[in-house]
Amino acid sequence: MRQRIVILGAGTGGTMMANRLRRAHSREDMEIIVVDRDDEHIYQPGLLFVPFGLTRADDITRPRSAQLHRGIDLRRSEIDRVDLDASAVYLTDGPPIPYDVLVIATGSELLPEDTEGMTGPGWGERVFTFYTLDGAQGLAGALAELRGGRLVVNLVDMPVKCPVAPLEFAFLADWYLHDRGIREDVELSFVTPLDAAFTKPMAAARLSSLLDDKRIELVTEFATGEVDGRKGRLVSYDEREVPFDLLVTVPLHGGAPYVARSPGLGDELGFVQTDPFTLQARAASNVFAIGDATNLPTSKAGSVTHFEADILTENVDRFVRDRPLTGAFDGHANCFVETGFKKALLIDFNYETEPLPGRFPGHAGPLPLLAESRLNHLGKLMFQWFYWHVLLPGRDLPGIPTQMSMAGKRPPAAPMQEVRQ
Amino acid sequence: MSTETIAGSAVEVDGEGFLEDAKQWNEGIGEEIAHSNGIDPMTDRHWQVVKFMRATYLDTGAAPSIRSLGKLSGVPIKELYQLFPKGPAKLAAKIGGIPKPRGCI
Repeated sequence: MRQRIVILGAGTGGTMMANRLRRAHSREDMEIIVVDRDDEHIYQPGLLFVPFGLTRADDITRPRSAQLHRGIDLRRSEIDRVDLDASAVYLTDGPPIPYDVLVIATGSELLPEDTEGMTGPGWGERVFTFYTLDGAQGLAGALAELRGGRLVVNLVDMPVKCPVAPLEFAFLADWYLHDRGIREDVELSFVTPLDAAFTKPMAAARLSSLLDDKRIELVTEFATGEVDGRKGRLVSYDEREVPFDLLVTVPLHGGAPYVARSPGLGDELGFVQTDPFTLQARAASNVFAIGDATNLPTSKAGSVTHFEADILTENVDRFVRDRPLTGAFDGHANCFVETGFKKALLIDFNYETEPLPGRFPGHAGPLPLLAESRLNHLGKLMFQWFYWHVLLPGRDLPGIPTQMSMAGKRPPAAPMQEVRQ
Repeated sequence: MSTETIAGSAVEVDGEGFLEDAKQWNEGIGEEIAHSNGIDPMTDRHWQVVKFMRATYLDTGAAPSIRSLGKLSGVPIKELYQLFPKGPAKLAAKIGGIPKPRGCI
């Protein structure tokens, strides 16, 4: 019997899943419908470079439709809700779409209005986020006009997409200000709700020593309660204050709004409650989730989505054939961390193993882990080509297995202690 | 890990004073941990948060984050910080006899 697979979202996860499934199954066996509200696919890692004039909007934006292989039906609409009992998706434009299998890939949304004052006076003038194209472009203008004062980079609360991106922004800002010859005139601060620069101890230690080297002040355990754009100050829930002239903030994130309108599907933040190993939704056996849309305890990052896509393609196949699912997803993440001055770190980790020092891939790999190098920076730049030409078409990255490998990694001698919030 | 006597009961605690075994907890222990962390008295609002934290942990195996507490416990985040200065999730977990909440990735 012909199966109908409906994929919500034509971003990183939805596009990879549609293309992988289209290649693995004939059109006679499987119909693939993808729903998205617009036709603009943004290469999100590129947003980091826009404020510094290192890339432009049209360099990182392509039509969603052009990334999907032939034989995939792309429909344009907002999603109203999912009816899990009836196995149907309700759209705001067009008739409901019944499904045999549903794949949720609608990512996460920014919620700047959930923080008091953030979108009030100063928003788009001295308060920006680079997590949207508009915000990143506006910030490029504000940075170009910056002559001195306090530049504050702020993470409101976890979870956020690409948890290293706020740090990368701070490192690149240091480089950018040096390059313009005004680094001495600008005080740079990094303000985080975590008790360290990052969530995992060895990476946190490495990254805070980099902040130190670059004379970027680290303010920890700062739970942002209010942004006061008029007076230029961040206020925490426990009434500490950090003054700013220019604020670069990463707002709260939540799941797509239709998740909350679909009873049982999401958690209190609107992320889909998902089995961490099979990627099956808790709410229904014929629903799966991938990428930033899930509530999984791993990074919201394209690399994670890519590794998930490999497992999920297998599991959709098993599900339609009535075979038991594989629980093979291990939380694998692999991220370049730009550190400025044409260097970057590389981190590779999963649910169980924190980012460790060593080489990648494997003992003889060319890329150092958790250490700065030029090659890592080139890797980061080259990655955009791989994104459009390898990841989105649903192919594997050469030399990088889906499951994390310990080869080349150097675990610490003493037992690790988790950094806790 | 060490053994301490709290409110007349011998309990195992970690280096930061969090109970190792949630089953060893009772309200008297919670009350005493609260007092030694500067919370006196424990009001109904305090207990609402602590009991919600504990119930969520026993139900799901994980303590909720501050954001989730703000959405689910019936106590807004601003008030959470007034009730439990410095770190509501951490302190409420300690008083409720459950492990220190882990920060997510």
